[in-house]
This record gives sequence, structure tokens and C-alpha cells, in this order.
Amino acid sequence: MHAYIKGIGYLSPQPTWDNSLFLEAVKSHHVNNMYCLAPDYKQYIRPIALRRMSRLIRMGLTSALISLQDAGIDKPGAIVTGTGMGCVEDTENFLTSVAANKEEMLTPTAFIRSTHNTVGAHIAVHLKCHAYNFTYVHRGFSFESALADGRLLLAENAADDVLVGGLDETSEHHYIITGRLNYWKVKKTHNLELLSSKTPGSIAGEGAAFFVLGKVPGVNDYGKLLDLDMFARPESEEILHSRILTFLQGNAMQASDIDLLLMGYSGDVKFDPLYEGVSEKIFPGKPEAYFKHLSGEYHTSSAAGLWYGTRILQMQYVPEVLMKSTTSPGKINNILIYNNFRNEQHSLMLIST
Amino acid sequence: MPERIFVTGIGLITAAGKNVPENEHSLRTGHSGIGEVKFLNTVHKEIPVAEVKHDDKALFDLAGIPYREGYTRTALLGMIAAGEAMQNAGADPGGPRTGLISATTVGGMVKSENHYFDFLRNDESNIYIGTHDCGDSTEKIARRLGIHGFRSTISTACSSSLNSIILGARLIRAGKLDRALVGGTDALSRFTLNGFNSLMILDREGCKPFDKNRNGLTLGEGAGYLVLESETEVRKRNAMVLAEVTGWANANDAFHQTASSPEGTGAFMAMEKALETNHIQADAIDYINAHGTGTINNDLSEGRAIEKLFGDRIPRVSSTKAYTGHTLGAAGSVEAVFSVVSIVRNVLIPNMHYRDQMPELHFAPETEYKEEAGIRTVITNSFGFGGNNSSLILKG
Repeated sequence: MHAYIKGIGYLSPQPTWDNSLFLEAVKSHHVNNMYCLAPDYKQYIRPIALRRMSRLIRMGLTSALISLQDAGIDKPGAIVTGTGMGCVEDTENFLTSVAANKEEMLTPTAFIRSTHNTVGAHIAVHLKCHAYNFTYVHRGFSFESALADGRLLLAENAADDVLVGGLDETSEHHYIITGRLNYWKVKKTHNLELLSSKTPGSIAGEGAAFFVLGKVPGVNDYGKLLDLDMFARPESEEILHSRILTFLQGNAMQASDIDLLLMGYSGDVKFDPLYEGVSEKIFPGKPEAYFKHLSGEYHTSSAAGLWYGTRILQMQYVPEVLMKSTTSPGKINNILIYNNFRNEQHSLMLIST
Repeated sequence: MPERIFVTGIGLITAAGKNVPENEHSLRTGHSGIGEVKFLNTVHKEIPVAEVKHDDKALFDLAGIPYREGYTRTALLGMIAAGEAMQNAGADPGGPRTGLISATTVGGMVKSENHYFDFLRNDESNIYIGTHDCGDSTEKIARRLGIHGFRSTISTACSSSLNSIILGARLIRAGKLDRALVGGTDALSRFTLNGFNSLMILDREGCKPFDKNRNGLTLGEGAGYLVLESETEVRKRNAMVLAEVTGWANANDAFHQTASSPEGTGAFMAMEKALETNHIQADAIDYINAHGTGTINNDLSEGRAIEKLFGDRIPRVSSTKAYTGHTLGAAGSVEAVFSVVSIVRNVLIPNMHYRDQMPELHFAPETEYKEEAGIRTVITNSFGFGGNNSSLILKG
């Protein structure tokens, strides 16, 4: 089942919300915990409503609205979101106030927002959209699950178009806590030097990326999502490689049909060799790009990968800052996006013109 | 032809019992699991809750694993009920075409809320950092039962686990899976108890669904899982069928984050669309297992939605929340299991703690346990924050 990409919207640590620009300006971050740049939210949401929204809700609703406007759609046939951690700040706030106030005199606002489907629900209320509304919360499969559900809805003829998004936010506490599990680099690392740092850990990030997918092709499509696969940690690199080849075969393709590899290099010396192995063993000499130096690492960073891949398809060039290899692609028809979240959840997305 | 979807296994753990037979006994004898707080460390001793009557150590025994750090109550409850469902189905969980779709709202918060300040300041409780997210309990269940294929986790507040059943049914119908273990798990936490308390929707006397004097819900905890299989798979392994999943829908109220619309728009749409899945006539529904939380808001809007859809031919209705409390992310699948029980045993499960008719409604919930009740087709509802409304239809 092909899903045609009709509209996109993305808020990130880069100025990505304007779909008429593509990385003309690149923002450098000198911290290992990258926050999203904020657009002028008032352009999208009424100020009175904005005041009641926490950061991830603003980010999610705004990028959803951008993607819908981009697609020229008022109400989607379904709203499906994926988030690894949901509204982290609200969860921390309520957790802290329960402890600080010894369970007395609490206000419910942060509690209500801490529910994982808060953003999907806000989109529904904002659009007065009564359609199917699911939220997936499975680590590095959160966005992929939402995307799989969106494709299934189109295949079922349950919807003509679906709004699918991946979103997560970081916070000071989230960064400290996950840092204890060695997620992040110890030494302050310039985001644009992520891959040359050659140290353990990645840099934290966040983002909200939404896509409108439709089942009927149109002249303004960005391209199409041909296929999607997700799998838990493979037992060996050979199994990983054969999974990728099987995936291509399932789409009547070989390695040579892929014009660009877009991979989730996170700058972590523990996990980057997996990407290098895929590049060397399956796609030697293939033009290669990456994106996590711009998005940072988080559970739904693969949604950032899909956004960058979609823009590359549309623009038919890879901005220098995204290039990993020295060889640039010519005509870009097929892009394979391969990501893994700390070698736990792996996913493949195949997009095509 | 799309695959038909059958329920071949069920598993439960709630305040009303640690497995399906114990829960059935409570339903039959009118035994409520609601009582005083025993295990949860909270100052709110005055608020009744429906706790699973076993401490964490006992849950390790029930899950069949030795006690060790790194397991949350949410994960343990899930492992117990999911294990029972898989054993009940007698199916092999291995192989790429068996999936696990689980649901939770609280996830590992039950540990995080005790160790949060350690997380920030030292390395003492690092083992529970990785159990905080909602995916943890799902991964623990998959590992315990040896499920290697597709797995995902859904969190849509109180409709979460009904939605995991819906996804499992859809994946089987589409031929993507042969078998899906579906359901949800949630443990009681101070986080949720205080959250609902701050919303002032916890009934100090215990919940009284559909009663005129109802004054809120009672929080519970537990897990419910079902094994769904395609007709092809059922035939292949000659599996015993408990019920068929014949209809489902999710719709959004699009009204408010926590309150449901007074006329029950989303609830009505969910039930109506569920009937449409396989062109089921409203007349065919023998029993509605209502969401019926006991809040002033829910029971009114759900009641109105039922009246709007069924007119003057309203099927028998009951809420089972007075047995188990509101188990949040597990409620949908716990009540789907109850619905399967009512079909298999052909019994009507009554609505406990009901006394007085709601003046706004023209129907009353069932209050007597009945055998030979003529229950063949059941619709079960789950509605959550964010206007997330789901309905599922099961047929004997």
C-alpha cells in the first residue's frame, strides 16, 4: 500500500517550520541537550489558547497545523501520534508537586497534560475532528507504530487521508536522568561535530514532525512512502543486513536501486558502527546522509529522518550539512531511511518520488 | 475475504481476583474488590481504592519469576494476566506472526515516583530509570512469554487497552498477523490517585455507576489480556474459540481534555461505527458492558449516547467498575474479558452499588446476576481523557 505524502510540518532545533526554506540557515548548538527553536506561535494558534498549552502541546499542534495547511486539508480522516515519553515537563511538574505538597492542595492542570494522548487530543479539539485518534508509546517504535497504523487505515479504506506525527520533548531533568544511563556525551560537543567526536553517547534533542498521508496520488505530492519495517535488536549484524535486503526485495528492489541512504548516526561510538556496517556491506560507495546532528537523539527522531528524506525528495538535492559521504547523488528517486534507537528498536522506511 | 478474528484465550488480574476463575467467582457472588488502601504508600487513606490483593513480592510468585529489582508492579500485573491468556489459548507465542499490543497509562511511574529524587541526584536507583516509560511493561511481557514478533504500546488514557484489542483485530483482519496477544496493564500510583483527586472525581464511598447519587470513580489496578487469532490459524491448530470479535471503532469527542460532551457525541459515534464494521443491527446487541465509571459526567453522557443509539429498545446494561474499580489503561481489556465471560457462561453480570434511578435517563442498569441470560452479542465501551472513545463488539 503506497501512502502519498501530501503535507509536512516540523518543529526542531533548526528553523524547519517554513516549508519554503530548506536549511538555508543552520543553527549551531553548543550544548548536548538541544531544544526546539520556537516559531511565532501566534501565527498558528490564538493567544488565549496558547497560554493554556505547555511546550510539547504547542510544538505538536503547530507542526500538525502546518502539515494540514501544506496538504490543503481542514480535517484529516484520522489522527495518529507517536511519542516515547509524552509531555515530560508536565509529568515532572506533577510528580514534583505531589512530593513537595505531600499530596495535598494540588491543581490538576499538569496531571491532565501528562496523559500521553494529550497532543493528539488537542489536535482533535482544535480541528473539531471526531475521527479515529490513537497514540503509540513504544520507545523507538512510537513513530513507526503510528506510521504503520496510518498506512493500515488507508489500506482499510477507513480514511482518505491521515495525519501522522512523531513528537517528544526534552527537559533539564530528562537530560540528567537519561544521562545516568550513558545516553549522552560527557564532554560538551558541538552539534555539527557530532560524528567527528568519536566518543560514547549522543546529544539529546526533541522535535515534532507531522505528515499528511493520502491514498490517492496528486500533483503536489512530495513523494510516497513505499514501505515500512520495524524490528527489535537483531542478534547479529548479518541478521540486520539480511533484514534490510529482504525489505528491499519485498519492494522489488536491490541495493543499486537506492539513490540515497539516510541513516540515524547518533555520534555514539557504541552504535554508529551498525550504520557503518550497513553502508560498507550492503551499499558500498552509495551517497549517504544523516540528520541527528540537527535533530538530536530521542525516541521519535526517526520522524525527523522522514521529514529530511521527504524534503530531499522534493528538492532533489542534499544540503551540504546533511551529507555524510563525499559522493552526492544525481537524480534522487528512492531513499532508504534506516534508524535504530540505541540498537533496541530498528526501523526502515522507503520513500520514493 | 478478510480474516475473521477469534478470541482463544483470556487472562485477568484485578482487585476482584488474581486470575479469570477468581474474578468469575467475584462476579457471581457480588464481591467487590474496593476497600481501604493497603499497599500503595499514600496519605489519602480516606479514599477507597480497588487494589490487587497481593504485594509486589507475591506478584513475582504469580508471574513465575524470582524476585529481583527492575520490575514494576505494572509490568508484573501485565506478565501475570498475559501469561494466563497465552496459557488459556494453548498457543505457541514464538514466530514472527505472533504480535503483542499492550497498553498502559501509568507505566513505570509506580517506581519513578519513589525514586525520582535519586534519579536526579545519584546512581542508586538507575535500574528504574529504564522502567519509567510505557514500553517497558510491554517489553517485559514479550520477553517473559517469548514473543519475538511485532510489539507496540498504546496510551490513550482510559480507552488504551480497548484500542490495543482494536489494533490487534485490524492487524489480523489485514493478514499482517496470525495471532495477537492484546490488552493492557496499570498499577495504582500516587501520581494517578492524586491526579484524579485533584480533579475531584473520586467517590469517597466507592463508585456507584449509573446511580442518581453517584459522585465519582474509584481507582483500581490490574491487567487484562486476550489472545486473538485468525480463522485460518484457529482451524490450523484446532483451537477452542471463546468468542468472535465482530465490530470495533474509535472516535473522538473533540470537546474537552477531561470532560465528555453532555450529549455523548464521541460515545455515540464509537458505538454506531462499531456496529457498522460488519453491518451488525442494533437489535442484535444483547448486553452493553458500559464504561460506567460513576462520575457524574461520564454516566450521563454515556447513558444519553446509549439512548440515542438504541432508542426504546435498549439492551441490558451494566458497568462492572464496582467490582474492579477503574483500572484506567487496563479497563478496556479487563471488561472485554468480562464480556467474553458473560458470553461463554451465558451470564448477566450486574451493576453493583446502584440504588436510585438517574432522572435524566429512561433506563436503569441490571442489578441481578442471571444465568441462562441469553447473552450472545455484547458491546463494551471504554472512554478516556482527550475525548478518546472506543467500542468493541464480541459475539458468541
